[in-house]
Amino acid sequence: MTGHDHDHHDHDHSELSETELRVRALETVLTEKGYVDPAALDAIIQAYETKIGPHNGAQVVAKAWSDPAFKQSLLDDATKAVSTLGHVSRVGDHLVAVENTPQRHNMVVCTLCSCYPWEMLGLPPVWYKAAPYRSRAVKDPRGVLADFGVSLPKDTEIRVWDSTAETRFLVLPMRPEGTEGWSEQQLAELVTRDSMIGTGFPKTPGA
Amino acid sequence: MNGVHDMGGMDGFGKVEPELNEPMFHAEWEARVLAMVRAMGAAGAFNIDTSRFYREMLPPHVYLSSSYYRKWLLGLEDLLIDKGYVAAGEVAAGHAVEAAKPLKHGKFRLDDVERIMVRGKFGRAAPAAAKFKPGDHVRTKNIHPATHTRLPRYVRGHVGVVERDHGCQVFPDSAATESGENPQWLYTVVFDGAELWGPDADPTVKISIDAFEPYLEAA
Repeated sequence: MTGHDHDHHDHDHSELSETELRVRALETVLTEKGYVDPAALDAIIQAYETKIGPHNGAQVVAKAWSDPAFKQSLLDDATKAVSTLGHVSRVGDHLVAVENTPQRHNMVVCTLCSCYPWEMLGLPPVWYKAAPYRSRAVKDPRGVLADFGVSLPKDTEIRVWDSTAETRFLVLPMRPEGTEGWSEQQLAELVTRDSMIGTGFPKTPGA
Repeated sequence: MNGVHDMGGMDGFGKVEPELNEPMFHAEWEARVLAMVRAMGAAGAFNIDTSRFYREMLPPHVYLSSSYYRKWLLGLEDLLIDKGYVAAGEVAAGHAVEAAKPLKHGKFRLDDVERIMVRGKFGRAAPAAAKFKPGDHVRTKNIHPATHTRLPRYVRGHVGVVERDHGCQVFPDSAATESGENPQWLYTVVFDGAELWGPDADPTVKISIDAFEPYLEAA
């Protein structure tokens, strides 16, 4: 939205792009043919904007950090474990949680399209769906991590999960040090979206 | 199909560029496209595999130069035209001219929204016993289907180990061409970096895919 390489001095927002016109045209046709109710489209968008997002995943991670029994059930069967949490019940049948340890770091990609645990993390960021990440994550994960400013010890195993089916992967990052006695709510504040994809770490206390 | 969408292992796309405080949508039309795809899919115009296949069929130069939701728009247009839900002339004119084609689940209405916010279920009853179990060595077949497949090129012909069994699920290769769900066993198969990328590979890296049984043979 930033690069202005044309010579419009006064950017006119009523001037619609070719894509915007095409989208409006298609929606008009679908509405006129009686396939969709535009109010239902509004409601879909509102649901994505308000109901899903990384806060869901962060709650799951924070609970796993606080409750060893929940953590075990999450690693055994994430779908079942998450379905016991009333507030995040939209996860479907195919969620797998994978645990980061000092020996092993997990990272998730979809090389073929953009598969991502929407119910846990919201809609994926642009970089996750774009060619640089999709092409390199499976071949040069350390190089990709460097693009995020993340480096791991040389001997840490890196496990890349290519989401080629309907299974969705949630990385369970390591609990930051210095958080003994923290509540789940406090812990959830430290859990970043990228730490649950495997391209980042949780925030550290006081940072 | 061996398309440009199958990007694993390709070089030359440059650095990953995360955007700080990225908004959910970069323009309102992106949200409308997402909503139309979800609504028309839920109404029964297509399944998720067919919609992926149509994005893959975009010409390579279009695929590579279009933003994510632009690809969704173009794929949706092609799909709805091919399946007879809209006519190309209607899309161009921005108005309905021809009679509607009945949708399997009927018009998408407000009270359908709750249903689509719960993720679909892809598990199905098993038509046969599983051929493989965790620990088995398997080789991915050297196959090159001309239509949709979820076996990426970078793993074809390579040996890995079955790590997880996810049960029997809808087979995307069949569903994408509307040839039925044809459920197949699904496994996580893990490969050493060197098996896929040769002796120069980072020795600490392992890569897994989720592979349907027809992609695999015993090794």
